[in-house]
Amino acid sequence: MALGPYLFLATLEGLVQAAVLCITAAGLSLVFGVMRVVNVAHGEFVMLGAVIAWFAASLVTGHPAIGFAVALVISPVIVGAIAFASERLILKRLDYNPEATIVATIGLLYILQQTVLIVYGPDARPVDPPFYYTIRFPWFGYSSYKLFVIAAAIVIMGAIWFVLQKTKAGLIMRAAQFDRETAQAFGIPVDRVSAFVFAAGAGLAALAGVLVVPIQQAHYLMGADPLLLSFIVVIIGGLGSMSGTVVAAILIGLSDGILSVMFSPTLAKMVSTLLVALVLVFRPNGLFGKAAR
Amino acid sequence: MLKIENFDAYYGQSQALRDFSITVSPGEVLCLLGRNGAGKTTALKAIMGIVPPKRGRISLGGTDLTGLPANRIPKAGLGYVPQGRRLFSELTVRENLEIGLMTRKSGPAALERALSYFPALRERFSQRSGTLSGGEQTMLAMARALCIEPSVLMLDEPTEGLMPSMISTIRDVVIRLRDEGVGVLLVEQRIDAVLPVASRIAFMDHGEIKAEMEIDAVRADPSILKTYLGVGH
Repeated sequence: MALGPYLFLATLEGLVQAAVLCITAAGLSLVFGVMRVVNVAHGEFVMLGAVIAWFAASLVTGHPAIGFAVALVISPVIVGAIAFASERLILKRLDYNPEATIVATIGLLYILQQTVLIVYGPDARPVDPPFYYTIRFPWFGYSSYKLFVIAAAIVIMGAIWFVLQKTKAGLIMRAAQFDRETAQAFGIPVDRVSAFVFAAGAGLAALAGVLVVPIQQAHYLMGADPLLLSFIVVIIGGLGSMSGTVVAAILIGLSDGILSVMFSPTLAKMVSTLLVALVLVFRPNGLFGKAAR
Repeated sequence: MLKIENFDAYYGQSQALRDFSITVSPGEVLCLLGRNGAGKTTALKAIMGIVPPKRGRISLGGTDLTGLPANRIPKAGLGYVPQGRRLFSELTVRENLEIGLMTRKSGPAALERALSYFPALRERFSQRSGTLSGGEQTMLAMARALCIEPSVLMLDEPTEGLMPSMISTIRDVVIRLRDEGVGVLLVEQRIDAVLPVASRIAFMDHGEIKAEMEIDAVRADPSILKTYLGVGH
């Protein structure tokens, strides 16, 4: 294949990567923005979403699209409920202390991972995409499902923007993000907002897990990569900045996708890590981040 | 009437308020004066439940608010303008006011009433509040607190860093609120900003109320200021 079409293919792969990363990192960014909690278990919520999608696909008979649709609905709900319970039982009791919550979410990571290992097993298992259709470009054919993932990410990010910017709930979340103390002085129950945000962040991660599982198989250790890349995205974009998260996810997703296809995945991770280092040196608050009160 | 009885509050092991008691009646302005670190801001935070008191009682209009979480206190009708204004700087002027309106589910009439004190804010509705001038930010912080239609309004150094013309505007609003029957608890460093509006003055030091008196007593004997604040007037 000539360089042009090869680059085009790599760009498409990068966009798919960016799309999934956008959704995953948006959840992490939302949680950090509102709660100032670094959720090390975030990748496990992606894994849980993927594993639940596998169960849904296995249990629901008929066309794969039905199981996929069921997974799209139940995965975020179940994972959100698990996150909600974790927030009430663990993070709230630690008073959202930054250091303690890092340790606590590491513990949560292992609890979730080992529980899935016991229940689901160590095997990587595939989930059929909801539809098989290959789009024919002049140089190669490309999975329409992957393009669907890009479109779905655009819709989901648009929905997040709408909720945050145009609804009362979004206004409350943004107020709690900017100044928790003053938000309380205006009747905002920041504790309950935190629980809701933690559940919503986990739900987004689960949604990303459902979308990605027809592309990469469900496995109990699959949470590590999304966690690492989400942290990279959130640090580059600016902790808590949703627009920064989108820009950084596209940047990292594209560079990771293109470099992985054209060179090697290891080089792609090296470049991403180097970008983080540069951002931390020259813009410690990230490209779009601001210091919070 | 806002009634605080025997508040004790702590930052870690350090006691910040000792046996703090005050009352603010409708239509009066109680000024809390004291040196830096006297505990004035802590007192307001304790009243709002942001620094939860270890001991003491609080009631507003006869309703006992003791032990309520911080987000429930303003719903009873206690407005708060924090030190440094503490606007949601990334939100627009309109969004800041909406937060105030949401506190007690106030309607458009409450917004109109709040804006009647600060009509200049109407032209800034879609502007990000962090980009307002210092005076405009103070106006917005007060309007946001007025959106909850408070029976008592607490102001923490509202004139800090403002030009004389803006100080005069703030003073006029406080007088208007007082005349409309709103109780005002005003924390100030500037004695000249306090004297024209105050009904009573309470002097604080080391987290305690050292003395409380009618404003006429202070006007009649300015040496009281030197006694409690170490400054003349």
